[in-house]
Amino acid sequence: MAKMGSINGLREKSYDIAKLREIGIIFPLFLFGLIIALRNPYFISWENLRYIFLDASILTIVAIGEMMVILTGGIDLSVGSNLALTGMTVSMIYRDFHNFPVILAPLIGILIGGVCGAINGLFVAKGKVIPIIATLSTMYIFRGIVYIISGGRWVNAHEMPEGYKLLTRVEILGIPILVIYALIVFLFFYYLLNYKAIGRSIYAVGNNPQSAIYIGINKVKVLFLVYLISGILAGLSGVLYTSRFASAESSAAIGFELSAISAVVIGGVKTTGGSGKIGGVVLGALLLTMIVNGLNVMKISPFYKLALQGLMFLIAVIVDSLIAERYYKGRRRRV
Amino acid sequence: MKIRLRITWEIILLILIVLVFLVSSFFSPYFLDIVNLLDNTTNFMEKGLISLAMTYIIISGNIDISVASNMGMTSAFMGVLHRMGTNIWICALVGLIIATLGGYLNGYLIVRFRLPAIAVTLGTYALYRGIAYILLQDTAVGIESESFMYLGQGYIAGTPVPFSLVLYVIFAIIFGFVLHKTTFGRYVYSIGNNEQACKFSGIPVEKIKIVLFTIAGFMSGLGAILLTSRLSSIRPDIGSGLELEVIATVVLGGVSILGGSGNMIGVVLSLFLIGFLTYSLNLLNIPSQVITIIMGSLLVGTVVISNLLEQRRARAVK
Repeated sequence: MAKMGSINGLREKSYDIAKLREIGIIFPLFLFGLIIALRNPYFISWENLRYIFLDASILTIVAIGEMMVILTGGIDLSVGSNLALTGMTVSMIYRDFHNFPVILAPLIGILIGGVCGAINGLFVAKGKVIPIIATLSTMYIFRGIVYIISGGRWVNAHEMPEGYKLLTRVEILGIPILVIYALIVFLFFYYLLNYKAIGRSIYAVGNNPQSAIYIGINKVKVLFLVYLISGILAGLSGVLYTSRFASAESSAAIGFELSAISAVVIGGVKTTGGSGKIGGVVLGALLLTMIVNGLNVMKISPFYKLALQGLMFLIAVIVDSLIAERYYKGRRRRV
Repeated sequence: MKIRLRITWEIILLILIVLVFLVSSFFSPYFLDIVNLLDNTTNFMEKGLISLAMTYIIISGNIDISVASNMGMTSAFMGVLHRMGTNIWICALVGLIIATLGGYLNGYLIVRFRLPAIAVTLGTYALYRGIAYILLQDTAVGIESESFMYLGQGYIAGTPVPFSLVLYVIFAIIFGFVLHKTTFGRYVYSIGNNEQACKFSGIPVEKIKIVLFTIAGFMSGLGAILLTSRLSSIRPDIGSGLELEVIATVVLGGVSILGGSGNMIGVVLSLFLIGFLTYSLNLLNIPSQVITIIMGSLLVGTVVISNLLEQRRARAVK
């Protein structure tokens, strides 16, 4: 009985920390918002908030895929290149075949992105290549392929069919469809991660790969799946990205993987895997987007963006580490 | 009595180098020219210098993906100082100090907060490159100093041997000696094999980790100096993507990405293999994007193959 008590205590404690961690994102979210709004009220205007949500949508979709991978203790550096490759391929298809039904575009994106993700998955799950090496390689391979198939040329707005551009411009009940896409992806993976066996297996593999195998989880399958999901979501985002900005270029979304990983880590997912909530990731994406947008609104040079992102990333991992340290210290004292 | 020839990774690399030479000289009449070949080595000496330090880091079971960004930050500091009229040699010295501090910061954060090296160096990968962009924005700084340009472009007097090649060879010997012949080197291997056991046996694991990342910072600074001297112009995106090539060099050199094994000779051989392969592909007018694809495939392919070999060996032992 005493054992049960301590396990329950443990669970309560970790629950507290997780809650604390989400407040740790919401607080700076409002603080930043307040500071920027005081300097320039346009920041909290309806128009600008709409922009922030639109920008955050694509990042959220990619970050959710990245989150699956990081939950297993891996990392996917290839999402930016995957996004560019998919976006370019799909845009070129619609440039050359204007009458191709637009409704198929997201599906083609998912297909191409999924193939890229499956390649990563094969390397990591089957080839036992450590994730950073596998995805660092494919990051450069996919980017190289974008340059080759496009010949370095852009697909411009006037070459795209109207329907393709409308894909991200429609509004349903006043809500931009891009936000709805993100919401659907969020709800689907929220359900998957929290209520389905496969979602729990993803956490289990990241928490303790050895015991995950002992309780009968197919680790190879789970690993393959997370890279597949990450690829699929990056591919979907590639279509949304090119449709939203109405252009596809070879150097699109360079460094996007960093934003996605930052959103995940700032959102409270442990870099070594096993814990973190999808709601935190959405908040992380929102916070990142808001800060970038705030820089623009305050007319601060966009060149500050990258350094700021790196700094926030470091602060997030350090804070998490300090929380964990305190938590373990507390536990040790109790024992 | 049978003579058993042990096929080691280094012998495979040597055979590959010979193959590159044979095939390249067959396709291009310009390849097999000793002056050209020596001259070409200047193109990958900064990569070589950093790969020496990266070898230590990967053997110790860590990774540093911030090296190229650290180079960018260092170059940007040098550029800004130079634009303000500072003597280029003082700029170089300041750059070297900043790069070393950048490396130290990586090591400190990893050790102090018990963070994985990937997490910290991914953060500084963005931070250092970001600082380069803040410093230079979208401008470039040109350097017009004959004596400074000697570092990356000059030759040892009277010979076709580039200065940077000599610098690399000296550092390679020092790094190889320390890795293979000193206690410090053995500690690096044992940390890569079992960090926990090292801590229990009283090896100053944390100190050594900080030292390794600091050395990587120093070598990135040295690489930045060579690169800026060779290009004689500094832009904020200088050297980006180099981390892939450095890690690929080390891994292709037979260093296990999981840590604990590998040697310096392999890394030196793989540097020249990749360097001459790139040179030959350039001579054959292969676009640089294709070369990038080949490099990426080489990296991931090497790891897959060595994993498969490892599995077979493990099965054979059983």
